Amino acid sequence: MGSEYAIEMLNITKRFPGIIANDNITLQLRKGEIHALLGENGAGKSTLMSVLFGLYQPEEGVIKKDGQVVKINDPNDANALGIGMVHQHFKLVECFTVLDNIILGVEPTSKFGLLKKDEARRRVVELSERYGLQVDPDAKISDITVGMQQRTEILKMLYRDNEILIFDEPTAVLTPQEIDELMQIMRNLRAEGKSILFISHKLAEIMAVADRCSVLRKGKYIGTVNTADVTMEDLSAMMVGRNVNFHVEKKECHPGDVILHVDNISVASRTHHKDAVHRVSFDVHAGEIVCIAGIDGNGQTELVYGITGLEPLKEGKLELQGKDITKASIRERSLSGMSHIPEDRHKHGLVLDFTLEDDMILQRYFEKAFSSVIGFMKRPNIRKYSEKLIDQYDIRSGQGSATTVRSMSGGNQQKAIIAREIDKDPVLLVAVQPTRGLDVGAIEYIHRQIVAQRDAGKAVLLVSLEMDEVLDVSDRILVMYEGEIVGELDPKKTTPEEMGLYMAGAKRDSERKED
Amino acid sequence: MQKERTPLLRKPSVQTLLASLVCILLGLLIGYIALLIINPAGAGQAIIAIVKNFWTYSKPATQIKNLGMTLVKTAPLLMCSLSVLFAYKVGLFNIGAAGQYVAGAGACIYCAIGLGWGWLPCMIASILAGALVGSISGILKAYRNVNEVISCIMLNWITLYLVNTLLANVKEPTSNYTYVISRHLVMVDGTATTVANPGAIMPSLGLENLFNNNKYVGLALPLAVLLAIAVWVLLNKTRLGYELRATGLNKNAAKYCGMQDRKNIVLTMAIAGGLAGIGAAMLYLTGLQQWSVTQSSVPSMGFNGIAAAFLGGLNPIGTIFSSLFIQHITDGGSFLDMRVYSAEISDFISSLIIYLCGFVLFFKTTLNKSLDRREEKAIRMAKGGKAS
Repeated sequence: MGSEYAIEMLNITKRFPGIIANDNITLQLRKGEIHALLGENGAGKSTLMSVLFGLYQPEEGVIKKDGQVVKINDPNDANALGIGMVHQHFKLVECFTVLDNIILGVEPTSKFGLLKKDEARRRVVELSERYGLQVDPDAKISDITVGMQQRTEILKMLYRDNEILIFDEPTAVLTPQEIDELMQIMRNLRAEGKSILFISHKLAEIMAVADRCSVLRKGKYIGTVNTADVTMEDLSAMMVGRNVNFHVEKKECHPGDVILHVDNISVASRTHHKDAVHRVSFDVHAGEIVCIAGIDGNGQTELVYGITGLEPLKEGKLELQGKDITKASIRERSLSGMSHIPEDRHKHGLVLDFTLEDDMILQRYFEKAFSSVIGFMKRPNIRKYSEKLIDQYDIRSGQGSATTVRSMSGGNQQKAIIAREIDKDPVLLVAVQPTRGLDVGAIEYIHRQIVAQRDAGKAVLLVSLEMDEVLDVSDRILVMYEGEIVGELDPKKTTPEEMGLYMAGAKRDSERKED
Repeated sequence: MQKERTPLLRKPSVQTLLASLVCILLGLLIGYIALLIINPAGAGQAIIAIVKNFWTYSKPATQIKNLGMTLVKTAPLLMCSLSVLFAYKVGLFNIGAAGQYVAGAGACIYCAIGLGWGWLPCMIASILAGALVGSISGILKAYRNVNEVISCIMLNWITLYLVNTLLANVKEPTSNYTYVISRHLVMVDGTATTVANPGAIMPSLGLENLFNNNKYVGLALPLAVLLAIAVWVLLNKTRLGYELRATGLNKNAAKYCGMQDRKNIVLTMAIAGGLAGIGAAMLYLTGLQQWSVTQSSVPSMGFNGIAAAFLGGLNPIGTIFSSLFIQHITDGGSFLDMRVYSAEISDFISSLIIYLCGFVLFFKTTLNKSLDRREEKAIRMAKGGKAS
């Protein structure tokens, strides 16, 4: 013992063809601290963590545990050293229960190989009480909230007696209340002597919970600071190398004609018998940003599916520029001027194993510019178009148009989608959590693009779970609760507290009550 | 944006080729060990016989004639492997190539003997029959979400017995085999007789002369190679190929951007079926084989197609060579000393090779890791050099 550090990564360098992902990076995690790792997308955070888990071997540098040099060849080595991680995309078996997921791989068994679940359950319950991690051990993963899934992941680490806990952008998927709970959980863990590495690019959260913060920028190590000694603006400047404008600058809103008319629509739920969206009506005008706010899982996803055609409507009517699109196919809606930035960029937005240029034309590959009448793709045109978008939207990747999209960072993947959807020149832009999991620089950029679309007279329907985003970007707020619109708010007049009451179902506009 | 030249060994195509070769060598080696266990005396000879195939003959003229026989059977195998590969690119596992092949065989044999058609309409009938069987699985998958593997396996048997029933109408009265394909069965005064129908045999294009007057060699192989290239072009250069690849890689994204996933699934299975169907025409319209209407196992051609598709690295051009190789060792099996081993031993060895194909990825990762290490070493050496 003797070392004050639980884990140290000293002078780590990792190169990939055409790029230095980590350039002489040092990260020292003290015992019993919450240490934030801050950096934009593509700054090298994921690579550094992959090195720590033995997925990549660094060209230079050493890793020390308790002052001793260790060699980590694969994730099993990392586990043996007591390092555990909650990934941004959870690694849970959907059709298993919480308990089964927690014990997966370390199942306690009797002599004859039979599972001793009672013993496991006792330990899980004990752990969850000790750290304030509320879970139902017998609920199936597919049935529980994202927050509870995350708590399951945390319990998985604790069950394995991990001492070093890594949280990879844990708040990206959580509601504001769940974020507060998570912060408290992290403090509890610290109080119990765990060392926590908190990967994030949300400055407020880092300031709220972390003791120290290390900053990476473009693969380089910028420095480590005590959060008590710095301001959010300082951290932001360290991260992006310039001062970021926190508030979205936008001109007065001048709504024009009705572009999207939603009339009493309902969408059936896939998981239960109640409607996921129940008799929702609203309009979106040209030149305004209407934001659907609400806690995750209150029907926003299904509402967007209904509007964009991914799910059929149970009842009601949709009009786009006065044209009835209730029964129109996805392609017809797209050709009528609807663009859709989907909630899940990996599931819907991109074919990850395509090259970047092939993903760029996903919505217009059938146009004359990209494929000939007899059906041959026009490769030179596709390349030219892709290069134009890459240039215009500053999309960074290893090999330009020929890069496999899977290998790109999340922020650049999202930029590619946004470039594709905006360049289609839509009359209506439906954007669902367009900044999810992105860093400050990218968020600012995307907000500017959305506002620019509004100023260009486009109608924008934004779905967001981020309170700040809702208040900063939108011209009109509709709050959704349990499949219904319960309130319409003016972002200039409302407060986060008032919005929270609507979102939690504690308040609703009287005229919105069911007739 | 900087563009570095990828070293030869880093190229995915080179790596796949290398991995396939390693699979083949390992397969032969393990096969050899198995032969040693069965009967040590003849193992060396046996493995050599399988690999040599027609080279067993000493006279070049006989060799070339038998090479021709292997090529004749390579064409249908290549079509079956293209059928499997095509569906696989769209995320479907077409284990039904065997049944679609049977449908194609039934169609062309019946059209030739029963109806007296020429080879081209017979071939088109095979394509349509294969496509029909394939699209049944496609429709079930697209509209009822029936797993295509299950429906394909069941259709294999359904098709086999339907074809047996159909072809019983055109069989020789004294055997279980259908008439030779160049005969047309007609009823004269209530008795069945046959008249010549030489038009049912595919043209040889003069290729028979190249193979020492092997009359079975003809249009089939060049046509099959052309179709392999056409499949490659279709998948990589056309709008339809773009849609199908997108559907295969991420069907949610395909739906999101308005592609008609259901239509594409049916179309894919129909095309895959058509490819297997034409494969049967390529074999039976040479007149090499007659159909036994009492056969109770699905011909192995369709299943070997799965093997060839994977050994060829799921690349249409690669399958040309893998089909040739698999047909080569399959035929080589007939040169075994039958007193010691059974001819199926070559099936055993080719299945070993296929089994090892599952390790292609493993070989690739190992290769990449060792390359990484070598590069790292080179960098370190270069640095050391600068320092000193």
